[in-house]
Amino acid sequence: MGSEILILQYLLSGITKGSIYAMVAIGFNLIFSATGVLNFAQGEFVMLGGMIAVTLSFYFPLPVAVAGAVVIVACIGCLLELLFFRPLRHHSILHMIIITIGLSIVIQEAALHIWDEKVRSLPYFTGNEISSVKIYGAAISPQVLWVLGTITVSVILLHIFLRYTLQGRAMRACSSNPEAAMLAGINISNMRTLAFGLSAALGALGGCVISPITMTQYEAGAPLAIKGFAAAILGGLGNPMAAVAGGLLIGIIEAFSVSKLPAAYNDVSAFAILLLVLFIRPHGLFGSPSGQGVREF
Amino acid sequence: MKKGIILAVAVCLLSGVLFAQGAASGDKNKPIKIGAIFSVSGPASFLGAPEEKTVRMLVDKINAEGGVLGHKVEVIVKDSGGSPEKAVSFAKQLSEEEKVLAIIGPSTSGETMQIKQLCEENKMLLISCAAAEKIVNPVAKYVFKTPQKDSQAVTWIFQTMKDKGISKIAVVSSNDGFGAAGKGCLEEMAKPAGIEILANEVYDKQATDLTDILTKVKSVAGVQAVVNWSIVPAQSIVAKNMKQIGLNVPLFQSHGFGNPLYAAKAGVAAEGTLFPAGRLLVVDELPADHPQKALLAAYKKDYESKYKEDVSTFGGHAYDALLVVLEGIKKAGTLDRDKVRDAIENLKGLAGTAGVFNMTPEDHTGLALDAFEMLTVKDGKFTIYKK
Repeated sequence: MGSEILILQYLLSGITKGSIYAMVAIGFNLIFSATGVLNFAQGEFVMLGGMIAVTLSFYFPLPVAVAGAVVIVACIGCLLELLFFRPLRHHSILHMIIITIGLSIVIQEAALHIWDEKVRSLPYFTGNEISSVKIYGAAISPQVLWVLGTITVSVILLHIFLRYTLQGRAMRACSSNPEAAMLAGINISNMRTLAFGLSAALGALGGCVISPITMTQYEAGAPLAIKGFAAAILGGLGNPMAAVAGGLLIGIIEAFSVSKLPAAYNDVSAFAILLLVLFIRPHGLFGSPSGQGVREF
Repeated sequence: MKKGIILAVAVCLLSGVLFAQGAASGDKNKPIKIGAIFSVSGPASFLGAPEEKTVRMLVDKINAEGGVLGHKVEVIVKDSGGSPEKAVSFAKQLSEEEKVLAIIGPSTSGETMQIKQLCEENKMLLISCAAAEKIVNPVAKYVFKTPQKDSQAVTWIFQTMKDKGISKIAVVSSNDGFGAAGKGCLEEMAKPAGIEILANEVYDKQATDLTDILTKVKSVAGVQAVVNWSIVPAQSIVAKNMKQIGLNVPLFQSHGFGNPLYAAKAGVAAEGTLFPAGRLLVVDELPADHPQKALLAAYKKDYESKYKEDVSTFGGHAYDALLVVLEGIKKAGTLDRDKVRDAIENLKGLAGTAGVFNMTPEDHTGLALDAFEMLTVKDGKFTIYKK
């Protein structure tokens, strides 16, 4: 294997990992933007998406199963907001973040009881476990292309929604100035519910497309949430494009770290770089420096 | 007056007899209490869940057949979630409050090592379902285990490599107790076996993709085979990623691959994977006169019809642990713990799911190298590997 091909292979491997982190990071971003809450149960939405889709795929064709999982998890997201966050909206942001950690544990336990401890996965969307797309001698699983495609489409649709639709603009208004938004007649509570539902849907969609690569288990959410969180922070909170860049960057750093250091160090290098970036740019690589603007898209 | 005394004596005698009878039948009705500590949930749930199901199924069957020595068997299962701290408190609770005759489990080596000393001091019989060698070496008087040893798995892997003319290998393992134990064992035994480890990588047990590590392995010239020592899901991810990046050398897995579900999860990528395992997974291929055949076939059929899932070698370790305790009780003919222990130490030719147990005071596992068989995946099914 020539060294150029080797470097390309590491790069593709990094993109594979990074696309998974990016998928989780987008969801983190959306809830943060609309509500200021860091939702640590985001990984659980990803897990639930995968699990529900696997269950539905026994009865329905794959596209229907994925769509069904996205709708169900979106409803769960809305429900959680209605039950736990709406009554507590006068509490501090920190309280809400702690609630999300509690929720993530509850959802995990519930998943263990509804399903079981076994590892599941959806079939590969195209090809199978051993098929790969060759790019100049290096290989990448076609499923990664599905993940990248899903990310691109989600980010574009999200952008259109937030920029050009009334609902989307209202959501941005809530995040940049809640009082003014309220005076303008926007129902802030409903906007928050919508944000939870949307992020849950995005998480679930991510859970479905990454399921053939990573496989899904009741406790798969938490490690994904940690990496997704790191990706969102590295990119800069408040911007879905930045989240994608952050995710890919972390994945690529990890992959190249493996090429030089023992694999056991790959988390160390990823988080070392994250810390370094935060020292120099506390608002992330692409975030805007002003405190208020962090929550603006 | 005299009459009164006679009456009193008669009443006393009668009540005495009644009391004695009551006590005797009470004793007969008293179930044999056995404690079980399994990691039914948590990261080692792939071990604990089938173990719990197996034990519940086996106990129901034994009780339906009249129990042991006329006693019903009662198993108290505790879910440790894979946590050694919980295992310790459950072990104390089971021996001090529940006053069980013996404890089976825990599922993992880490938990077992935490309670080994405790059981030894309390003279509590412990039959572990975990594989690590140090559980029974040095021998603790009251501690036994049922799975085959890691070193026996490595011996099989290296032997198969020699048969295939492989001498230069790469080792990848997960950063948990199981991976670390296997890695240590492989490193230690490679040199005497004439095997050279060219690449040796440890990865995160929750890794979602391992193409980067396998790319590194691929960049090392001369690697003739890859040995992976981890549990699901990483063991399936390794198989898939190797094929995806075109690393086309034989893949050897540990005995932790012993569940048909994992082969299914890796799909066509698992084809040709080699791993040592007990005979439970290939019971259909055994000759009819094999000492384990009847037991394995019955276990597989009962388990799969009851729980609608594939039987795994891990559940088998709990089957063996319960079997060993109950056989010990039958041999001893009493519920005295020390006598049962002595009987277990001298069990000979007991066919279990992992192999034929021949316990001795020096060997508290009692399984020989032939308890393993080299298996491979063919058309999505496990089958015995033929040279």
